[in-house]
Amino acid sequence: MRNFKMPVEFVRDAVAGNNETLRNDSHHQTNSTAHKKAFPVLSFNYDHVRKPFEISLWILLALLMKLGFHIIPTVSNVVPESCLLIFVGLLVGGFIKAIGEEAPILDSKLFFLYLLPPIILDAGYFLPIRAFTENMGTILVFAVVGTLWNAFFIGGTMYGVCQIRGAELASVDLLSCLLFGSIISAVDPVAVLAVFEEIHINELLHILVFGESLLNDAVTVVLYHLFEEFSHAGTVTVVDALLGVVCFFVVSLGGILVGAIYGLLGAFTSRFTSHTRVIEPLFVFLYSYMAYLSAEVFHLSGIMSLIACGVMMRPYVEANISHKSYTTVKYFLKMWSSVSETLIFIFLGVSTVAGPHAWNWTFVISTVILCLVSRVLGVLGLTYIINKFRIVKLTPKDQFIVAYGGLRGAIAFSLGFLLTNSKMKYMFLTAIITVIFFTVYVQGMTIRPLVELLAVKRKKENKGSINEEIHTQFLDHLLTGIECICGHYGHHHWKDKLNRFNKTYVKKWLIAGERSTEPQLISFYNKMEMKQAMMLVESGNAAKLPTIVSSVSMQNIQPRGPARRRAIPSISKSREEEIRKILRGNLQKTRQRLRSYSRHDLFIDPFEDNVSEVRFRRQRVEMERRMSHYLTVPANRQETTPVRKVCFEPEHQVYTYDDSESPRGPTVQPNPIPPDAVSLLSESPQRPNQSGAQRAKVPDEQEEQDQLKLSRCLSDPGPNKEEEGDGSFRS
Amino acid sequence: MGASQTRSEHKYQDLADKTGFSLEQITNLHKRFQQLSGNEDTLSRQNLDNIPALANNPIRNQIIEAFFDKRNQHQDEVGSFNEIGFEQFLMVMSHFRPPTLKTTEEEKEALRKEKLRFLFNMHDTDNDGTITLVEYRKVVEELLSKSGAIEQETAKAIADAAMLEVASTNVPDMAPDDFYEGITFEHFEQILKGLEMESRMHIRFLDVDTTTMRCGKSTS
Repeated sequence: MRNFKMPVEFVRDAVAGNNETLRNDSHHQTNSTAHKKAFPVLSFNYDHVRKPFEISLWILLALLMKLGFHIIPTVSNVVPESCLLIFVGLLVGGFIKAIGEEAPILDSKLFFLYLLPPIILDAGYFLPIRAFTENMGTILVFAVVGTLWNAFFIGGTMYGVCQIRGAELASVDLLSCLLFGSIISAVDPVAVLAVFEEIHINELLHILVFGESLLNDAVTVVLYHLFEEFSHAGTVTVVDALLGVVCFFVVSLGGILVGAIYGLLGAFTSRFTSHTRVIEPLFVFLYSYMAYLSAEVFHLSGIMSLIACGVMMRPYVEANISHKSYTTVKYFLKMWSSVSETLIFIFLGVSTVAGPHAWNWTFVISTVILCLVSRVLGVLGLTYIINKFRIVKLTPKDQFIVAYGGLRGAIAFSLGFLLTNSKMKYMFLTAIITVIFFTVYVQGMTIRPLVELLAVKRKKENKGSINEEIHTQFLDHLLTGIECICGHYGHHHWKDKLNRFNKTYVKKWLIAGERSTEPQLISFYNKMEMKQAMMLVESGNAAKLPTIVSSVSMQNIQPRGPARRRAIPSISKSREEEIRKILRGNLQKTRQRLRSYSRHDLFIDPFEDNVSEVRFRRQRVEMERRMSHYLTVPANRQETTPVRKVCFEPEHQVYTYDDSESPRGPTVQPNPIPPDAVSLLSESPQRPNQSGAQRAKVPDEQEEQDQLKLSRCLSDPGPNKEEEGDGSFRS
Repeated sequence: MGASQTRSEHKYQDLADKTGFSLEQITNLHKRFQQLSGNEDTLSRQNLDNIPALANNPIRNQIIEAFFDKRNQHQDEVGSFNEIGFEQFLMVMSHFRPPTLKTTEEEKEALRKEKLRFLFNMHDTDNDGTITLVEYRKVVEELLSKSGAIEQETAKAIADAAMLEVASTNVPDMAPDDFYEGITFEHFEQILKGLEMESRMHIRFLDVDTTTMRCGKSTS
């Protein structure tokens, strides 16, 4: 408005010949007729930023709450985070209501379009594929049949309950009950994740409950739309029922197809991102989100689409993107899903306080009871059938956890919110909220002590053993072979066929460069190496590595050549003694010097010029190592000048080792054995190519070097010896 | 007719008790055996070599050898056969039976040991009771053999790392002078403890006729 006035004023002033206003050509020209207001140094304009400000404030509040819980350890051990967050939401909602403002409710659009996708994508992208596919049959049975059973049982029984006189529920007809049943029947992935994350049960149970919560989305979507249509139409025909079944297949398979297409597109795109690494993570996120939205356009199952996209994309994208991008993807997904989850629970609490409620004792209580009953019955019944087909049977303990882990959450609430029939909407919503509270609070809080009480198997520590990987692959091939011999095409056969198809055709298209031909074992090995190297470099300042450190080294496993390592053929005993004495004498001094160094210093060699350069080189060297954390023996020299340091061995035998530039130098670090015991062998073990004869020679050189070294100052880098062809180290 | 049928059932009953298969499974496997051996009584390496689907398997030689390995017959013999009969065939197959609901914990342990023993025998080709580094390297090389041109060094590196892992887990306090001879059976068991072999190493034996080579998932 102001700006518009100005030209007019200007003209007027010009016409009026008002010099003062003419002189003043600032944009904030005030009314020329009034007194000139002072230039506003500080002004308040909240409306301008209201929306983003409030959103940011909410998110900040949610995260501060999350922070707070973890600072108070006692509370977070007993009560799962979701409960606390809902409680906070209640408080906030109460507060907002108290001050008379309108509380924001968990709008369905907000929930389904913004809050839910990050959580599902996080879950789908990091889904443990092996466990998921091995238990696919069980998961599908629970998801589809179980949810159907729940929906109809609850719906039907509720209708019966509503017919009871005196409950004032006569207006609720069968279709509405069934609709209600379909909303409340589905196990919620957000709630399950929130609770199960904290109890660390074994992978099988986790994947069963979680997989079920993901896959039942298709069923829920179909049932919900089906019953909503029907309740408007009023009657149901057989054709409608059949169409419903067809719809289910369309929704689920269509969703998966959409997701898979986007996943492949994403994988294909990632093939070309080697020059623009910075935007790589965005492709992952955007393609997945587009998959979700596209599926939602056609009323297909968005969740299944998202899962399919993540699963499809992951192996190829991970082979293509840089390590940094991978970390970015991982952390962003975790971050967003964490924020989403927090917000969902808080909003749930706020909505509880805000929303209009219609409390009906009979309805609510019977809903809660029926949910529990139907869940237990469903799980028991289905497990009985499933166990006939499973190899690893589900024990009663497992069944209990699966039944008890059937939590309801925000999806049910949002679906309820979408209902258009306002008469019963509020009653339904109240019941839904009560069930959610019950499952999250009662079941969520008690599941942890129950898991401990029943001694359910916990998640085993995944140490990434290369032996296990080798044998997993070996087993795969073995079983495929036996199946061939047996003559039937079991699922190993098909898995093998899929793998081969993947290797021959798909990988060539979707993975850039030579990595497309890299066998899985080698990728795994490289990944492990990288991880070890990173861990070592990072923990260079820490006291010790979390992994097993033993004194076993390469020399212990190498087959002995004809000449033993210690053979020093041409030096007599007395000479040996002499050498030892001299060395010992000089070493005493350095040992004292060494002792004063901290672990940190040993890494950063004072003899080196450029510390960061050393670190960088060391990192590179780490990655080229073959044997990582198992080795205590560093040895081979690198192309860069080595610096020698000397260490004492308890038996007063002297060895030298090269710091920093040797491939194994830094491995000395984390070894809890005192540095004294560190020994190096520049001899053969790391060079299996050498023949035994050469090995005999080396000890001679070693001793010579020792002597030579004595004459020099210890800080002098030794000559560059025996350069190892590093190409062979690279795997 | 009736007499010969009861006789064959009796014969199979013997085998069923020994190997743990059901009579129906044995009948099906027998039909398959006949098909593979060209209706003869014994199976040779050539017969198994000729299976087309096996051609793509990187460890086919080891698998075929395992059938002819006397150690897998559980009769404390060593060496290998040139040809095997149906009973030996079944014995080898019996290593791939899954545990049932009725298997007790001890039986599961025994089953796991048996399967691990089978795997161990596949690796330990010279039958000295340990898997040496050379043998383990061969295993990894074979595993990677069908994956295109892999550098020799890579396979060696992986095998060495694996060996080191076994050694560090089982004998963590080795002095620098000691030599780790090879993976013994106990160490082998230890290192593969987490894989739950008794439930992983199995195939689903169709309880229907497999000789028609029907595709599709098994239903048993």
